[in-house]
Amino acid sequence: MTTMANTQIREDLDIGLQPRTIDMAWTELRDLNSTLQAQTGGEWVIENPRGAHALAVGLQAPLEVTIKGSTGYYCAGMNKEAHVHVTGSVGPGVAENMISGSVTVEGDASQYAGATGHGGLLVIKGNASSRCGISMKGIDIVVHGNIGHMSAFMAQSGNLVVLGDAGDALGDSLYEARLFVRGKVKSLGADCIEKEMRPEHLEILADLLKRAGADADPSEFRRYGSARKLYNFHVDHAGDY
Amino acid sequence: MDQTPSTLPRQSWTFSNEINSEIRRAAATGIYDIRGGGAKRRVPHFDDLLFLGASISRYPLEGYREKCDTSVVLGTRFAKKPIELKIPITIAGMSFGALSAHAKEALGRGATMAGTSTTTGDGGMTNEERGHSEKLVYQYLPSRYGMNPDDLRRADAIEVVVGQGAKPGGGGMLLGQKITERVAKMRNLPMGIDQRSACRHPDWTGPDDLEIKILELREITGWEKPIYIKIGGARPYYDTALAVKAGADVVVLDGMQGGTAATQDVFIEHVGQPTLACIRPAVKALQDLGMHRKVQLIVSGGIRTGADVAKALALGADAVAIGTAALVALGDNDPRWEDEYQKLGTTAGAYDDWHEGRDPAGITTQDPELMLRLNPVEAGRRLRNYLAVMTLECQTIARACGKSHVHNLEPEDLCALTVEAAAMAGVPLAGTSWVPGQAGY
Repeated sequence: MTTMANTQIREDLDIGLQPRTIDMAWTELRDLNSTLQAQTGGEWVIENPRGAHALAVGLQAPLEVTIKGSTGYYCAGMNKEAHVHVTGSVGPGVAENMISGSVTVEGDASQYAGATGHGGLLVIKGNASSRCGISMKGIDIVVHGNIGHMSAFMAQSGNLVVLGDAGDALGDSLYEARLFVRGKVKSLGADCIEKEMRPEHLEILADLLKRAGADADPSEFRRYGSARKLYNFHVDHAGDY
Repeated sequence: MDQTPSTLPRQSWTFSNEINSEIRRAAATGIYDIRGGGAKRRVPHFDDLLFLGASISRYPLEGYREKCDTSVVLGTRFAKKPIELKIPITIAGMSFGALSAHAKEALGRGATMAGTSTTTGDGGMTNEERGHSEKLVYQYLPSRYGMNPDDLRRADAIEVVVGQGAKPGGGGMLLGQKITERVAKMRNLPMGIDQRSACRHPDWTGPDDLEIKILELREITGWEKPIYIKIGGARPYYDTALAVKAGADVVVLDGMQGGTAATQDVFIEHVGQPTLACIRPAVKALQDLGMHRKVQLIVSGGIRTGADVAKALALGADAVAIGTAALVALGDNDPRWEDEYQKLGTTAGAYDDWHEGRDPAGITTQDPELMLRLNPVEAGRRLRNYLAVMTLECQTIARACGKSHVHNLEPEDLCALTVEAAAMAGVPLAGTSWVPGQAGY
């Protein structure tokens, strides 16, 4: 075992320096994040996350990080280039404002998953709660289960793929994001309509499903997007909000 | 000829010409009036306060001889790298998009020459403003336009915007005329649409969440940057207390005279409290928590002169921020453009259709020809001069009150000209020892 500041890192001798393990039972959050943020790559395992907030945030290099357990708020927030894998469930705002890289969650995600994300891929293998993909700005999100109400609210760009059902007011006031849902949609939000699924959309969808490890037929999905009626204010549409 | 005396035509105070013109405008268009700036109505303000000056019991400092310090350090609570400013006057958040790139550059130049900070806005950080601002505060807004960890790290402080004095409870608005290709790209939006950014943050609600959000921001930036929380003048006592609870290093308190790039006139004029009414409750919250001067307080909304600065500091602020006044210093609403203001149906001093992007002064516009009218070097120098004058004025008053640092000004140095101002500021009505609202009166 080597010690970096107050971080306890255990090196697995079987494979040289990889992967390195950080045990949150003994490590301060600041030491974890500063250690990971200083890396240029490598494989890292985080044990005993115990629902802590802001785990593995602000990463800025192509690290492979596995978090063994469940996390609190903002896991992998503002991720850039890193690939973060959470074996449990995540609290609100997982991968919020992600720039690039990927975040995969084996369990469920609480509210605001992928909020305001600019890029990268977020995969939720369970369900995602309300406001999934809120204000997304280019991120791709694939949810294997269901998503809650007001998902993709004011979504600007990127793709949200849902293999299960969507809750109330899907895509309310959205801009140019593409929404693909295989199951039922409880209701559509303001200015969100079903749109034609063209070949280029099937191609995008197939690629995302493949990258997210989802075994699903793209032809079973429906596409939703903006009617663009609210892009410029007109008094005749005031009641639509 | 009828010789019966007639009464003069009498205008209604309730239905004034101004009100009637708005009724006719609303009837013709079906949309509320949108404009920039802050509240234009007369509200109790710093003009309603006076400094007492020195007397037999208080002796003054010699002007131009004895030192009167104006420096301020912001972010001493948690940040590893607090911001040190030479003057207690900062430049408030204004976006590229609302303002031209030249205007943003001029703000950066002027602020840097004066030894103070400037602030980004709802649209992200441009390289120009980072380059020209020695100290730059990066706003963290509900829209998160252009938000990225690299800009967070190259900022000198982070300002989490919860509210704004012109529109507490309202989000940003930038109408299609100003969504040019560059602005649209920075905000990841189609060109030409009306951009209405959210009024609340997408990934937290309430002070408990905010505490965790701040933890995340600190973790991303290595606990280096001061974290400001900006609140509108709604419930200043509780909002300040909750900001402190959430972990703020600095509270920015913006009263209703604080400007905005664009929002509904009804919002600007009818929501929020005057700046004067907000300061003492905020300071009391800090004092009750034992955090006055530990969490710094920046006050904005209608600051125009060194006297205003001195009065805000005397009431307990650590610094002030200016927005509208800084734009005027750059050249906004300058009478030299009167002919063009007239063509727009307004006059110099009253022009507030900043959202339309046709600003004759080239400041609140993205029009490439109009923005060339503002020379950023010259405008930056004007701002620097103005900041210097305000600082000298503030020092003049502080010395007259016998203070060797402007932070030593205190409510005891003040009296009020009106009962309302006395009650809001918590200082005696001039000529009396009566502080309305205190001691059971």
